[in-house]
Amino acid sequence: MAQGDYIQLHEKRYGKRLDHDERQRKRKAREVKKRSRVAQQALGLKGKRIAKQNYREKVQMKKTIAMHEESSTRRKIDDNVHDGAMPAYLLDRDPTTRAKVLSNTIKQKRKEKAGKWDVPLPKVRPVAEEEMFKVIRTGKRKTKQWKRMVTKVSFVGPSFTRKPPKYERFIRPTGLRFSKAHVTHPELKCTFNLDIIGVKKNPNGQMYTSLGVVIKGTIIEVNVSELGLVTPAGKVVWGKYAQVTNNPENDGCINAVLLV
Amino acid sequence: MAVEEGASTSSGNTVMCLLTNPEGEPLGAPLYLPQNVGPPQLQEIVNKLLNNDEKLPYAFYISDQELVVQLESYLAQKKVSVEKVLRIVYQPQAVFRIRPVNRCSATIAGHTEAVLSVSFSPDGKHLASGSGDTTVRLWDLNTQTPLFTCTGHKNWVLFIAWSPDGKHLVSGSKSGELLLWDPQTGKQLGGPLTGHKKWITAISWEPVHLQAPSRRFVSASKDGDARIWDTSLKKCVISLTGHTLAVTCVKWGGDGHIYTGSQDCTIKVWETTQGKLIRELKGHGHWVNSLALSTEYVLRTGAYDHTGKTFSSPEEMKEAALARYKKMRGNAPERLVSGSDDFTMFLWEPALSKHHKARLTGHQQLVNHVYFSPDGQWLASASFDKSVKLWNGITGTFIATFRGHVGPVYQISWSADSRLLLSGSKDSTLKVWDIRTHKLKEDLPGHADEVFSVDWSPDGEKVASGGKDRVLKLWMN
Repeated sequence: MAQGDYIQLHEKRYGKRLDHDERQRKRKAREVKKRSRVAQQALGLKGKRIAKQNYREKVQMKKTIAMHEESSTRRKIDDNVHDGAMPAYLLDRDPTTRAKVLSNTIKQKRKEKAGKWDVPLPKVRPVAEEEMFKVIRTGKRKTKQWKRMVTKVSFVGPSFTRKPPKYERFIRPTGLRFSKAHVTHPELKCTFNLDIIGVKKNPNGQMYTSLGVVIKGTIIEVNVSELGLVTPAGKVVWGKYAQVTNNPENDGCINAVLLV
Repeated sequence: MAVEEGASTSSGNTVMCLLTNPEGEPLGAPLYLPQNVGPPQLQEIVNKLLNNDEKLPYAFYISDQELVVQLESYLAQKKVSVEKVLRIVYQPQAVFRIRPVNRCSATIAGHTEAVLSVSFSPDGKHLASGSGDTTVRLWDLNTQTPLFTCTGHKNWVLFIAWSPDGKHLVSGSKSGELLLWDPQTGKQLGGPLTGHKKWITAISWEPVHLQAPSRRFVSASKDGDARIWDTSLKKCVISLTGHTLAVTCVKWGGDGHIYTGSQDCTIKVWETTQGKLIRELKGHGHWVNSLALSTEYVLRTGAYDHTGKTFSSPEEMKEAALARYKKMRGNAPERLVSGSDDFTMFLWEPALSKHHKARLTGHQQLVNHVYFSPDGQWLASASFDKSVKLWNGITGTFIATFRGHVGPVYQISWSADSRLLLSGSKDSTLKVWDIRTHKLKEDLPGHADEVFSVDWSPDGEKVASGGKDRVLKLWMN
């Protein structure tokens, strides 16, 4: 590499060589052969590098040629006869195939069977039996241990009458019985104090459902007649499901969110 | 006791009635009629006032509800005051009565792919069907067996149409070509008519009272234009371009105009000598799926009617067709109804104005097929919301809903006397509905898969239906 500009200076002062252009032309002509010779004889990393570069150029060239060769004439319409013939009024429509509809119904049935509903609290902490019930000793010598007292909040209903105390196995203390719940509407974000109609499902098991035990995550049915909801058919809605969102035995009240 | 009561009721109570025809013009002056008069007596009165030579049957309607009992029971029920003039609309009914079909007389296999369209010839003697296996098949109605198989199409045969003189059959396919067939021999007449770039959605022939023998027909395609073809020249004579999206349906009206409905939500009215656009009917919010003309049945059957008369020369046919058309139309302009994806239909009188006359709402899903009854009094609409709705064909007021299908209703067809309506649906059943009682008359199960196309023969004897299960079913009484 020339350091300084003495070559250019000389060219400026005295001009180029007389056969400069001829030499340049011949040199360029030889470039092709030189390039080819180098590409064939170069070894090692250098060879790989040169090969890669050449390949890239080749691909680019092929693409440009193909692009130029694309003609603008219209082609024939796709001639293949497909399956699934449909009349003209269905052709532009997106058909949900019957298989998809069937699979949707099967999935829904499975969901119903598994009891997986779309609820605000899908997972609740499972409550063990020791935590739920307190063992009550009875009998003259206090040896019998078959009675249990429910330590959580329960709902019994207005027409509830206890079984004869000698025979009742589960004791639901009146202090832990509630008949009203604070139900929040999720969209309107306002809370109403509504009567509980019944306990629909307790996530811990259907024994607790039948007992009426209300813990966090239980689905209860509340009386919504004061909200004034009407079905599309015109009938008045008076009962809706709600899910309990707090631990009522700790708070002393049942807070729930309405399932719309 | 009973006799005295009878005498007392018949002596005193009369009511003032005014008989009007469906268009509202009164027939004679208001009459004082005793209240024990019922439809038979009213029929005699109307026949007398109209000076009919033969006793024609009539149906009577008071405020769109049919009168089936004596006037006094009607008045007691409705608590109508006897001081006002009671307007009774009389509607002529067809002289012949078609029996409802209730059994499948034949299941004819033959097609190897779904049957996409079936059509009876205008005289009811031939039956043709087009299918996804690219063939058009002609069937023998006497023996209920296949007659001819017409091959030649390259892709599914989407639409077939008989010429109103019954001499030609044209079929359109998914590749955009149209083929002409001779129904007597099953052979192709000439080469394929190409020109459309995408599939054919609808075909309509020129009415025979405008030209006999039938030469021209118009075809609509997904590529957005409609083309008028001449069968003797075997080429496209005029191309009606203007729609920006697919043309979904086309109808050739009795006054010589062509109506095209398209996915670009407009309906265009064209004149046929030069292919110029006359009017554009706007109003729909979504695709226009189907068009129906009040005189459609008469245009389709041409000169043939229930008497089964054959014609020797084209001129005779033209005159008979013209007479039938004039009688059907009366003085009123032609009415057009369009059914759309926006769940509503519009009633237009395109000759008068470009604004719609009435908007017919009520369907909860898109309206797939609308069809006027053969006498033009009723309009039926089939929708994907599993119901068929009945409307007044003149004013467009809603009359009744026919519920019973459990899947989208695809196509409907009227019996020739306008008393029965047939519907075919995705749930593989066909149902016959009674127009008088607004109830289901017959349920015709039997197809194994969706029913794509139904047709009631013009002589009322047979119903043909075809669908995805690849068989053609013939139903008879």
